[in-house]
Amino acid sequence: MSESNIINPENLVYDKTSVMTDRVLHYCPGCGHGTAHRMLAEAIDDLGIQGDTIGVAPVGCSVLAYYYFDVDMQQAAHGRAPAVATGIKRTMPEKYVFTYQGDGDLAAIGTAETIHACNRGENILIVFINNGIYGMTGGQMAPTTLEGMKSSTSPRGRDIQSMGNPLKITELVAQLPGTYYVTRHSVHKPANARKAKRALKKALEYQKQNKGTCLVEIVANCPSGWKMTPAQSNQWMEENMFPFYPLGDIKVPSE
Amino acid sequence: MKGNEALAEAAIRAGADAYFGYPITPQSEVIEYLMRENPADRTGMQVLQAESEVAAINMIYGAAGCGKKAMTSSSSPGISLKMEGISYIAGAELPCVVVNVVRAGPGLGTIQPSQSDYFQAVKGGGHGDYKMIVLAPATVQESVDYVKLGFELAFKYRNPVMILSDGIIGQMMEKVELFEQQPRSTEEHDWATVGKKPGKDSVIVTSLQLQSEEQEKVNLRLQAKYREMEKNEVLYETHQCEDAEYLFVAFGSCARITRKAMEMARKKGIKVGLIRPQTLYPFPAAAIHKLAKQVKGIMTVEMNAGQMVEDVRLAAQGEAPVEFYGRFGGMIPSPDEIFNAFEQKMIGG
Repeated sequence: MSESNIINPENLVYDKTSVMTDRVLHYCPGCGHGTAHRMLAEAIDDLGIQGDTIGVAPVGCSVLAYYYFDVDMQQAAHGRAPAVATGIKRTMPEKYVFTYQGDGDLAAIGTAETIHACNRGENILIVFINNGIYGMTGGQMAPTTLEGMKSSTSPRGRDIQSMGNPLKITELVAQLPGTYYVTRHSVHKPANARKAKRALKKALEYQKQNKGTCLVEIVANCPSGWKMTPAQSNQWMEENMFPFYPLGDIKVPSE
Repeated sequence: MKGNEALAEAAIRAGADAYFGYPITPQSEVIEYLMRENPADRTGMQVLQAESEVAAINMIYGAAGCGKKAMTSSSSPGISLKMEGISYIAGAELPCVVVNVVRAGPGLGTIQPSQSDYFQAVKGGGHGDYKMIVLAPATVQESVDYVKLGFELAFKYRNPVMILSDGIIGQMMEKVELFEQQPRSTEEHDWATVGKKPGKDSVIVTSLQLQSEEQEKVNLRLQAKYREMEKNEVLYETHQCEDAEYLFVAFGSCARITRKAMEMARKKGIKVGLIRPQTLYPFPAAAIHKLAKQVKGIMTVEMNAGQMVEDVRLAAQGEAPVEFYGRFGGMIPSPDEIFNAFEQKMIGG
């Protein structure tokens, strides 16, 4: 089969969702953001809610997420996405509102906004990308950086005594009565990516039912920040990140 | 009505879609009134007590980004916390009204009234080259009217508008005439995120430009907008300036006290006038410059250590000497002491 045959519409088995724009992603090769974007975009596409969705981009590597999602979006100050999303959802309650945030944005500078939005049970979806490092600023320590993990601000590895513990904020917000669905996934393998997409779709469906805050964490790799090849970083993630941040549902609706 | 409660009622009547705030003395009555009044039943207006001033101003950003009329209020330490968000709102060119019921600082300072946030309000306050329109009410009536005007200007220029009040105006009771109920935002704006329309580009609300060339273009556009504000929106009031040989400049509650000092001087046969800037940005520089040519001297009176006086000096351009008298730390000057300072500094005791 020649290449021209493959791209014939009748031979297509998998198409790019129209909820993603045609812009070239600026993410590093092997980075999980691209797949995470796509899973969320496909979830929005499947539900047919592109015109009813408003997203909030964070500060971090995904600061330009609004170039890639073909939905109306606002760019928030560092850590403030859940507050911005609250302002949107409270005045546009019929819209689907999501934030897309990294670990520094959500679990360090934006901890208060995260916890209080979750505690109020804002009807929003928080997508949390946890790669244990500040990618955008060049590989500094994140609140979720593992013990002993090296970064440019923990060059000898994270020392718990002086630098504190990695923060399991997802488990923390799951304790709050305002959260309805809290789950942790990855997108480094097709099966995992499909599961993540199912979770994102479920969360958006719950939002339609005004069930409260849904948080989907995606444990991701950062080849550049971790100074590894993409393949190495995925393996390292499985061996080191997953034991500390185990994949699976943390809080599921009790019905 | 009490000043702060009048502000809250004015927000409902101005058709605000949302108020987000965090309690702080001396302006907590604003959110208390709103929670009591429950405007969701009256107009559908949403009111939420945020977890912090930082969260509140970012909720404003979110609502304003959807083209909604959103207001927040706070007092000095809380306004400092809001400055990050205000800078983003100015950068993303979103409309909103921010009320600062000023108390004395720095730091936690005191809960007593002050005008010590003048610089913060008119010179930027947050980071980056931006300006807010700053309205300075001297009465409860003006506080009410400026909420309505504030929303009009905010949407006209897609820019944050600050109402720079103080603890005196916020806490005092005066008769007010409330304007008729205005509609909540009904218009859909092409810059607002309300859901992507088929066949149209998605709307992006952002203050980020990675390329310097693009950022400079944004800055030039903002500056052009600020020149328009300076041309069109200057508001001030003059008292007995026609034959004045000396001029007082004062704003807000301090202008009311200064007016008494002016009347004392007049009784003694000294021809003193008063100009009261109602917009602190844009500043009535041209009016002051014109009066500076007419008078022998100008005295600026403020409840701070001398902030607006710098703008008065710039406006006077050396046409007349500019003196300053101020009380600060929450102290309020009396008409007597203003008059005495005037005699000493201007007439030569």
